[in-house]
Amino acid sequence: MPLHAYLILAALVFAIGLFGVLTRKNAVGILLGIELMLNAVNVNLVAFSRFRDDLAGLIFTLFTIAITVAEVAVGLAIVIVIFRVRRTIEADHLDLLRG
Amino acid sequence: MTEIVGFWVAAVVLVAASLAVVLTPNLFHAVLWLAVALVATGGVFLLLDSPFLFAVQLLLYAGGVVTIAVFAIMLTERLVGESIRQTSRFVFNGAVLAAAVFVGLLGFLLQAGAVARPAAAGDQLRDLGRALVGPFAAPLQLLGVLLVIALLGALYFARTED
Repeated sequence: MPLHAYLILAALVFAIGLFGVLTRKNAVGILLGIELMLNAVNVNLVAFSRFRDDLAGLIFTLFTIAITVAEVAVGLAIVIVIFRVRRTIEADHLDLLRG
Repeated sequence: MTEIVGFWVAAVVLVAASLAVVLTPNLFHAVLWLAVALVATGGVFLLLDSPFLFAVQLLLYAGGVVTIAVFAIMLTERLVGESIRQTSRFVFNGAVLAAAVFVGLLGFLLQAGAVARPAAAGDQLRDLGRALVGPFAAPLQLLGVLLVIALLGALYFARTED
């Protein structure tokens, strides 16, 4: 398959993830949308790495995967704390910092 | 030939699972669909001759992230004592915006010229390992520091009050 096929697939998954981030009310749902978007970026990096015969793309992908795991661990810990305090994880109800 | 068939299978599974993640009302099912999407992405990595990243994707992403997400959902559901439904809002606006982003990216991509795929370089694992301890050694160390900080932060947030 040509490079375009992989890039278009990644763009489609990115757009779907963006849709999830924009429309989900639940904080965990928003995190899942972000996962999809990061995943689409990884597909792009690996495709460019393969078609340009450059190892840097693979290493960037390794780094983004590791950073994403850290981000999810912290994000979900924050979600659990918010749930303990506010009894809700709906993003619209979290207005503690609103002046 | 196998690459074309494999690509279309992986692409259909990936897009369908992604749509299920953002559309299904049950949060737990959404996480399971995310696992399917992540495994399909691993399949795409395999098609791009990166079996090592396929393994990393399965272990860290499909294994780690999905496990953490399932735990978070089960913990919050136990606290509230009922299954969490997740509803969507601004569905039309979100769809328009996401479609606009996709069309914008598509227009940009279609302008670019085709790139020939170089011949498979064989086993990249040795080069990958050398690069990680050579030119990318400092970022690798920073990544370790980041993981420690993230785990400590997660522990701090999730501790009990007493």
